[in-house]
Amino acid sequence: MTDATPQATVKPEKPAGSGRAIWQQFRSHKGAVFGLAVLTFLVLAVLIGPYLWQPEKLSVAQAMKVRNQPPSWQFPLGTDQLGRDMLVRMMQAGKVSLAVGFVAMIIAITVGTLIGVLAGYFRRLDGPLMRMTDMFLALPLIPLLLVMVMLFRDRIASVMGPELGAFTLIVFAIGITSWMQAARIVRGEVLALKEREYVLAARSIGVAPRRIILRHILPNVVSPVMVAATLGVAEAIITESVLSFLGLGFPPDFPTWGRLLFDGLQYMQLYPERVIWPGLAISLTVLSVNYIGDGLRDALDPRIRGR
Amino acid sequence: MKLKSALLGAVCVFAFAPAAFAERGADGELKLTFPQAVSIMTPYLSGGTKDIYAASMVLEPLAGLDPQGVLVPKLAAEIPTLENGGISADLTTITWKLQPGLLWSDGTPVTADDAVFTAAYCMDPAGGCAQATKYEGVASVEAVDATTIKVTFTGPKPNPYTAFVGALAPILQKAQFANCLGAAAPTCTDANNMPIGTGPFMVTGFTVNDTVSLTANPNYRDPAKPAFATAVIKGGGDAEGSARAVMETGEFDYAWNTQIPPDSQTAMTAAGKGQFVVAFGTLVERVEMNTTNPSPDLPEGERSTAKHPHPILSDIKVRTALSKAIDRSILVEVGYGAGGKPTCNVIPGPDAWASDNTGCLTQDMPGAMALLDEAGWKDSDGDGIRDKDGKKLSILYQTTVNPIRQDFQALIKDWWTELGVEVELKAIDPGVFFGGDPGSPDTFQKFYADVEMYANNSDNPDPETYLGQYQCKNAPTPENGWQGENINRFCDPAYDALHAELTKTTDIAARQEIAKKLNDMVTKDSMTVIPLVHRGTLSAHSLTLGGVAINAWDSELWNVADWFRVK
Amino acid sequence: MLTFTLRRLLVAIPTLLFISLVIFLLVDLAPGSPLSDIPLTVPPDVRQRMIEALGADQPVFVRYVLWLRQFFWVEPAYLLDGWFGTNLANGEQRILSWQARSPVFTIIGERIPQTLIVIGTAYLVGVLIALPIGIYSAYRQYSAFDQFGTLFAMIGFSVPTFFSGTLFIIIFAVWLGWFPTKYDTQLEVTDWASFVEQLRQMALPVMTLGLANAAVISRYMRSSMLDNMTQDYVRTARAKGMTERTVVLKHVLRNSMIPVVTVIALGIPSIFGGAIITENLFGVNGIGAALIGAIHASDLPMVQTLAFIFAVLIVTFNLIADILYGLLDPRIRYD
Repeated sequence: MTDATPQATVKPEKPAGSGRAIWQQFRSHKGAVFGLAVLTFLVLAVLIGPYLWQPEKLSVAQAMKVRNQPPSWQFPLGTDQLGRDMLVRMMQAGKVSLAVGFVAMIIAITVGTLIGVLAGYFRRLDGPLMRMTDMFLALPLIPLLLVMVMLFRDRIASVMGPELGAFTLIVFAIGITSWMQAARIVRGEVLALKEREYVLAARSIGVAPRRIILRHILPNVVSPVMVAATLGVAEAIITESVLSFLGLGFPPDFPTWGRLLFDGLQYMQLYPERVIWPGLAISLTVLSVNYIGDGLRDALDPRIRGR
Repeated sequence: MKLKSALLGAVCVFAFAPAAFAERGADGELKLTFPQAVSIMTPYLSGGTKDIYAASMVLEPLAGLDPQGVLVPKLAAEIPTLENGGISADLTTITWKLQPGLLWSDGTPVTADDAVFTAAYCMDPAGGCAQATKYEGVASVEAVDATTIKVTFTGPKPNPYTAFVGALAPILQKAQFANCLGAAAPTCTDANNMPIGTGPFMVTGFTVNDTVSLTANPNYRDPAKPAFATAVIKGGGDAEGSARAVMETGEFDYAWNTQIPPDSQTAMTAAGKGQFVVAFGTLVERVEMNTTNPSPDLPEGERSTAKHPHPILSDIKVRTALSKAIDRSILVEVGYGAGGKPTCNVIPGPDAWASDNTGCLTQDMPGAMALLDEAGWKDSDGDGIRDKDGKKLSILYQTTVNPIRQDFQALIKDWWTELGVEVELKAIDPGVFFGGDPGSPDTFQKFYADVEMYANNSDNPDPETYLGQYQCKNAPTPENGWQGENINRFCDPAYDALHAELTKTTDIAARQEIAKKLNDMVTKDSMTVIPLVHRGTLSAHSLTLGGVAINAWDSELWNVADWFRVK
Repeated sequence: MLTFTLRRLLVAIPTLLFISLVIFLLVDLAPGSPLSDIPLTVPPDVRQRMIEALGADQPVFVRYVLWLRQFFWVEPAYLLDGWFGTNLANGEQRILSWQARSPVFTIIGERIPQTLIVIGTAYLVGVLIALPIGIYSAYRQYSAFDQFGTLFAMIGFSVPTFFSGTLFIIIFAVWLGWFPTKYDTQLEVTDWASFVEQLRQMALPVMTLGLANAAVISRYMRSSMLDNMTQDYVRTARAKGMTERTVVLKHVLRNSMIPVVTVIALGIPSIFGGAIITENLFGVNGIGAALIGAIHASDLPMVQTLAFIFAVLIVTFNLIADILYGLLDPRIRYD
């Protein structure tokens, strides 16, 4: 798709693979542009924000005087029960949450799609792969995570350091425990697509399975995968908060959006902003990913693009 | 004149008010909610506080403790003492006398045989009795006659009020549990869930980990009590939800264990439907210092054992500095509000047993820094972290997952960082931390960290057993499967000797003196344990519920027979 | 189709046995102890004796075989005894929960009703809301309704139930005082008043869960409809002059239901699995609350039995989903 040369656009009989056309279509999708803008803003805020907003570190005695403050010029998002600046915490938390959300989602979607396509396309693999999926669905999640943490945390931490180690473990844990839904759905789609005329045609002229999958099957399962991906980001961010809640996530002084939301819960009645900020951040992320997904799907579908 | 008669009228109303509700079952239903649901109705097979409290409405001991920690008779006619001859002069026997005419809720008489059976039930090694310590040192229990129980100990017992005393050791009905001795104990589901008792209520319905339905015991010894006809204990949810159900929506009359943030306590009280009550026992939130080296570089089996003393914390100056840097009153303000008090003692109560040690209550940052300088820990490379001989002053600080503990971790980390100490935090699932699974690296007994924070308490106002934890022999080691209560691996022969003296001393004043000395040895003298907060148990009750007298020494529901509906 | 179903059923037996072994080993390996709830005042030697009384110190394979025998032989025997008054079980040891010392199946039996009623209703409500929203959103893509539907769905699944549940409690129970916050499992519906009471106490948990379920399903429905709306057969149907109603509801909907049916069928075992957070929040105390409580207390017999029943349901409903595929899309052939 990178060879978006001018010739490609002037030759209308060769529309597929035209990056510019896709971008054109994507741009005409208002929601998608909005989503992209919001997501860019969030990513920039957590990456560059901490360099722009550096309030001086308060001592405990000072912080005690500014506990549970509402938003003000000094604290744009207010402070928490220990007098910590919520804006600073939101930015730190966002870095972790966004990274966890996207990486875990990509792992889950990749594994899920791969298994789904293989199971749906090759009848011989269908049984074993789907029974494996059943098994993963049936395993109780929390003991599984406890065991993983017990067996691997210290080993990974000794190689990568406690923080990166925790990140790897969490992303991996969420990824490998949430691919099953995507796999089931993709398999279902593939089973139906496999019997479509154009796939039968491709097969009958001797196209290799690899090529059929890449050219004819995958582009057509994009939309359920997109839905699963959107759900996946939100789920990964929330699952991370559950993991932290169980003591399986990041060290306790490492805020994440899910954890801020969880911690703010018991203060919800008194200081509603404490749950509004992280809640808003998670919802905005999910919303923007969803709109980008919508836009991408339309942009990638030549029938819609033509309209 | 009119005013006077009106006042008289008011007096009359008050004077006769008790008579008005002094009728069994006149006040309808009593609704209680516990954040953890009740699993079983006998304390002998559970040990969980929720189960013990629920069972205390049905099963009763010979004597209980009142909110001041003073013994009060329950099934016994009076408390046996040396003076009234109930306790033998050599302190080896105690003789209890049952009240006359006691009946079980099924109408059969309570006899001394039931007590004899109860002791046999809990002392059977195959039964896995959770309260076996209550019957420790008991040589025999005999029924002298139908209402007289004689307990003989293997040696002189300065504190003989263990067997059959308190909510942990009630009397079971022999007829009901006769087939449940030893290995059969856990299989008697019906008896375990619906025990026949002597208490003000009897169980009519039991759904495991959900609801207990009770109704007034028709054979309760006081014909006017309880005021409530039925009671229900609903379990599940969290402290927040339980508190809300009493304080804000008014769905329940009483909620046990409603520890919520101080701000929320104030806000909920303002709703005007209920009030929080707190009782202080001996529960102390503390930071424990590891005297042994937990470094992961050591081979497994030598980590956190006496073989390797801790490279940093072995120096008392460092331990003292860490304690001095903490402002305990801020911790209370942030975490517990009315439910906590700053303390420097492992034994914070009852008052007669508590040392007057208050040295840690004021924060002393300059003093702490001076101590670290003195100990040779200086920031030589200017990175804000002290070091000595090329080693950084760095500490791993672990505790369980719990919002208040995480706040404490954050605050204490800030103070220690100000001192120039690098702090790494870790929070562990409480099921794993307290689970004691030797396969897990994260149990509090293994202590694979430099310091750790949790709460512990003595289940008896007399702290002899509790203080026994810090003897050298009780250190968890790989050899004993990491089972042991001396978490710090504190080892001082002088302490062991003094504790041995405590077990032999009978004079109460002398016992209290020794306990205070022992308390000081582990706290201010050696700084092995850094107490932070003396925690109370915070419960909530509706303003329409009268008679609640919260109790830290026995079941909180110890006087549920006296509760009534305020009209 | 019949041979396919039979073959799948036969394959299911070794699969399930394997799954049960994996679960058993997993739960056994997980750190934690059945005594972690017991106060620290209980000394180590007493703890050790309690563990022995539970039989938890036996080797793992001994316990596994014992569990298999109890699950497949003793428990069904008790069930038959209960039905026909026979004495097949002969007083043999049932599967006992370590935490409560009661038979696991008694506990499950006590908890199934509220789980099925509350979680099942929430699921049904979720599906009933989601399908029309999804269909209409796709039909009028980018209309105001679609935008609103999208927003609703996004809020539904980006807001965790621990948050929405607490919010509903504060609004509807604390401020408005309409509904109770704690579910009374002992309530028996005998007359109109108790039926209303039952509806009132179900309102909050059903709302919380229904919102989350509706959000997810409506997204899948919408996306699937969109895919089919642009297919050639739709154009053909329209060209033939069929009414819009027939085109959308008959042609598009039937084809779009295929992936949605999977999602719905796969979600059904989760009804039995309960909803851990919601059940806990509202004190519904169903299967979900039992499972999480058992996991926290390392109550191995309870966790194992629940997880295994759950596995059976998952395998069954996957099979049902596959059969439904075949029925909905005649092109799919398994044999």
